[in-house]
Amino acid sequence: MSFILDYYNYWIVVFLMMAGFYIVISANNLVKKIVGLNIFQTSVFMLYISMGKVTGGTAPIVAEGVTQYSNPLPHVLILTAIVVGVATTAVGLALVVRIKRAYGTVEENEFDNKDDVI
Amino acid sequence: MAEFIDLVLLAMLAMLALTALRIIFLKDLFAVVMLFGIYSFLSALIFLNLDAVDVAFTEASVGAGISTVLMLVTLAMTGRKEKQSTHSSLLPLFVVLVTGAALIYGTLDMPPFGHPDNPVHQHVAPRYIEESPKEVGLPNMVTSVLASYRGFDTLGETVVVFSAVIGVLSLLGVRRKKKKDLESGLETHRVLHVVAKNIIPLVILFALYVQFHGDFGPGGGFQAGVIAAAAFILYALVLGLPKAFAVVGPRFLQWMAAAGVLLYASVGLYSMYKGGQFLDYNQLAADPIAGQHYGIIIIELGVGITVFAVMLNIFYAFGSQAERSNVQ
Repeated sequence: MSFILDYYNYWIVVFLMMAGFYIVISANNLVKKIVGLNIFQTSVFMLYISMGKVTGGTAPIVAEGVTQYSNPLPHVLILTAIVVGVATTAVGLALVVRIKRAYGTVEENEFDNKDDVI
Repeated sequence: MAEFIDLVLLAMLAMLALTALRIIFLKDLFAVVMLFGIYSFLSALIFLNLDAVDVAFTEASVGAGISTVLMLVTLAMTGRKEKQSTHSSLLPLFVVLVTGAALIYGTLDMPPFGHPDNPVHQHVAPRYIEESPKEVGLPNMVTSVLASYRGFDTLGETVVVFSAVIGVLSLLGVRRKKKKDLESGLETHRVLHVVAKNIIPLVILFALYVQFHGDFGPGGGFQAGVIAAAAFILYALVLGLPKAFAVVGPRFLQWMAAAGVLLYASVGLYSMYKGGQFLDYNQLAADPIAGQHYGIIIIELGVGITVFAVMLNIFYAFGSQAERSNVQ
């Protein structure tokens, strides 16, 4: 049981990462691909935060009578990564909107013979 | 009690995995986006459970607020059904299974979860935990590391957010509408009007609290900027874009986004002028701790202004595109 508890978080991270990866390479719709990228990204966040956790620790804000804190460094890295992530997602969605306007579709298998449509 | 919290964490991680699994097979993109909002809220709860309160705060406001709205606006332009793929899904499945198996094999070499002796807790973290309350003088270590120890890194991230809005605006652009009589917003929904008008001031007040209380509790410029932008997005959704433009125009937001980044960088330049290094807040006042406090408050304000302006302007760009395509 302790073996499972030691690695359970990491296995979920791998599962989420692969779910996101599968959506990115197999989905037909570009918006769904971006959702997949976001799931992939969240799995990396989950990995970092899991590594920062200390059993019996508490949130890294100084308080009376607390001696054990979780690691603040992964929190800092991921906090900024989330905001940067939504900004880059917005750029991706803007590209999707432009593709829709130029090609009339956002389905991957409908682009085939429309190379010079703009 | 500890076992109960462990069980809650295990259950929430399993729910997260199930949500991701459901997203794979759904063809209705509206449902996909809604499930992704649930996914974000679940991850925020898990972050909270893993002691990352600041991260949970950010994920709840960004993931469940802004990115869901942006995806819905995109769907309004691209359609809500995914069409059946003509490719076989066997090859992607094979690639994913092989990669996943290799990664699972890799996790067995990871140090066990939650152990205080793990390598990640040995290098710089003890210094941040033990010294930052004395060196920076703030109870929230995340804010100390974000704004002071790794201030240069955070400046870089603010610049990335700023360049994202440049990217979105050059791709889409914000158009002011010419036809005045065009229907915009949810004019006929009186209940929404009343509720929104009552909620919006409270949300903005909360954003200000998060902005200026970030030194002592969870919060800071990133979260406050996103929350304030969410309040204005609600206003624009309920009352329509033209009325939101009258409150804060897109042109003004472009200036604001740049002003936030410049405010941040100018703190660095000022500390160089005072004889220190770039972003060395100790130089800002006679007492180093007071200097740290001034520096952190100002750069958090710069971050908050930039994030607010960028998020709102991105929404304006998407929103005005959606209204334009509705007209056509």
